[in-house]
Amino acid sequence: MDIMFFSSAIEFGVIFLFGCVGEILTEKSGHLNLGIPGIMCMGAAGGCFGAKLYLMPTDNPNGFVTILMAILFAMLFAAALGAVYAFLTVSLRMNQNVTGLACTIFGVGFTSFFLNTIVLTEGVSTKLSYAGQNFFNAALPGAESTGWFGTIFLDHGTLVYLAIIIAVLAALMLRYTKIGLNLRAVGESPATADAVGINVTRYKYSFIILGAAIAGLGGLCCIMDFNLGNVDANVSQTIQGIGWLSIALVIFTMWKPALAIVGSIVFGALYILSSRITMISFEQIQLLNLIPFIVTVIVLIATSMIGHRETQPPASLGLSYFREDR
Amino acid sequence: MERIKEPLLHITRRDGMPLWKSMLIRAGAVLIALVISSIFISAAAPNSQGFFGFFGSFFSGSFGTMRRLSQLLRETSMLLLVALALVIAFKMKFWNLGGNGQILMGCLASAMCLVYLGGRIPNGVLWLIMFVVSILAGAIWALLPALFKAFFNTNESLFTLMMNYIAMYLVAFFITHWYPQGSGAMPSMSEYALIVKFSDPSNTSIWGKTIPVVLAAVLVTIFIYCYLRYHKHGFEISIVGESVNTARYAGINVKKVIIRTLILSGALCGLVGFLLVATVNQMITTTMDGNMGFTGIIVAWMGKFDPLVMIGVSLFVNFLTRGMSQVCIDFGFTSEALSDTVVGLIYFFLIGCEFFISYKLHFSKGRAKKDRPDFMDPAPKPPEITDTTAQTQQENTPDAAEETA
Repeated sequence: MDIMFFSSAIEFGVIFLFGCVGEILTEKSGHLNLGIPGIMCMGAAGGCFGAKLYLMPTDNPNGFVTILMAILFAMLFAAALGAVYAFLTVSLRMNQNVTGLACTIFGVGFTSFFLNTIVLTEGVSTKLSYAGQNFFNAALPGAESTGWFGTIFLDHGTLVYLAIIIAVLAALMLRYTKIGLNLRAVGESPATADAVGINVTRYKYSFIILGAAIAGLGGLCCIMDFNLGNVDANVSQTIQGIGWLSIALVIFTMWKPALAIVGSIVFGALYILSSRITMISFEQIQLLNLIPFIVTVIVLIATSMIGHRETQPPASLGLSYFREDR
Repeated sequence: MERIKEPLLHITRRDGMPLWKSMLIRAGAVLIALVISSIFISAAAPNSQGFFGFFGSFFSGSFGTMRRLSQLLRETSMLLLVALALVIAFKMKFWNLGGNGQILMGCLASAMCLVYLGGRIPNGVLWLIMFVVSILAGAIWALLPALFKAFFNTNESLFTLMMNYIAMYLVAFFITHWYPQGSGAMPSMSEYALIVKFSDPSNTSIWGKTIPVVLAAVLVTIFIYCYLRYHKHGFEISIVGESVNTARYAGINVKKVIIRTLILSGALCGLVGFLLVATVNQMITTTMDGNMGFTGIIVAWMGKFDPLVMIGVSLFVNFLTRGMSQVCIDFGFTSEALSDTVVGLIYFFLIGCEFFISYKLHFSKGRAKKDRPDFMDPAPKPPEITDTTAQTQQENTPDAAEETA
């Protein structure tokens, strides 16, 4: 039971991890993207659409191609909404909070509409849940023979490993490469970065769109990996809640993708806690659901009280950059 | 010699724009968004009524019957109240994203009174208690983030966001606590409704709920307008919003201003919660806030933080939402989600068009201007040149707006 719990915590946590790493990259470029919940929903819509495109005409679907199609379309849809956000906030310099909220409203509405009317035509949901169970959740070899080690480390779908690889790559990129250094400079002080000759606009666009694409995988992961391909009617509402928590997780992990791996598993454990504890009443479940949010608030307060420089957001987070403003 | 690459497009900030011109740009943006969505919808709808049927449906959603008109006014007033609550915080650059949670807490407090006190005391006293308790609940929900913002500079946007979810699950907890056997819903206790009664019952059912809400909205609008414009507190809020350091230098107690403003902001959201429970629904659900906390932000921002402009904006936003849901019904879509999609699309256009109102675009004209590009000109331009650039701008605006599309 405990090992199973830990294993599901990892599986649920990576949904947060996708959203969180995507938002970290966006925030490092100086943009607070409150559209992440909507963007994650778009990823879910796109992923299901991509999987449908391949699965419906094919009789004997190949697992690898299915996953590839789903990932491709999830990233494409999410990146599209990310590009709208980037255009409005970078090029048109509009308020980031307002634009982000509009993205969320659009993304959640669009996904719920798109999934119900366009993706879920006849026969799609059985194929999707078949793909979810057999392709997305295919365990690595040796998962069953190695006992607890296998259950925790090997018994996951492809997206779980992808999430961790992306988080590690993002951490290395931010810490050790020139691109990462430039990106952090853009987020801290775009005017200085501009003076040094860094193309601020290009960096902002690239990383907002890349961040959105990564976050979009979170939505795909929620439906295909954790829900085993079952698309229920309220899925966009669920993903929206996860999306807000992913944004909170960015603060929880102090803008460090490597820490986000641990943080997301903790969040995953807190989030699924209420459904894993047996022998409690329905009203107690509601109280258990509060825990991740309360923990976030406490961490938020604690990090702000410590007020260490390393734990602070990028200095120009939320401010539009206009070269001619001095 | 190295050739300097001249940018194709050059952007400068505008000093100002006549109102009619800016309204024309906004109307154009909405129209483009509506035409795009109407083409898609009338093409894809299962029960399409054509391109012109779209606009017919759209208007009938708000003005088709008396009942719809009444509902439009009621929802506009609700949204306006929320936007007014949020705007005083935004003026201070305090991003209160917790409107939903503050409304829900107001609802919860009112519902609690209904459950525990309903029928035991006269209705008049009950309403008074509900009113006070809801306002307190909303105020406390906003006070918590404000305290931590004031003393520890805790990020308020995330704090208030989390408070939304805490409020939502608290409501879910209380509903299951009160009605453990029910399907997660509270039955409506309509005998305690705070509505205006007419001699004609059909009038009561149409206007009874609307009048108290509209009345509250009118009073609060006047109050907030005067508060921000003529009261010392309003002045302090705008100074803190402009620059915290200036405020401190001028001897304003910034912590006090933050806390006081957020108490007022939360209290107004609590008032909305009270109206939702006492007047409109007499029950509570976890989605009763109707996402007004987020829509209110968009209304406040599009209304340029001016209470009087916000009246028009919230009327317009509700007109859009109601029109779109009517279109969804008439065109045979089963899910209401489509209306959210289109409203989201319209928001994008409205947000995008603000750029053309506050900035000016200059297109470089090939090599001809190469020897003296105007962004290298340090001297202020004589009026004639400004006029010609304004004229080219006028010609360029429609093109540019289409590019946004």
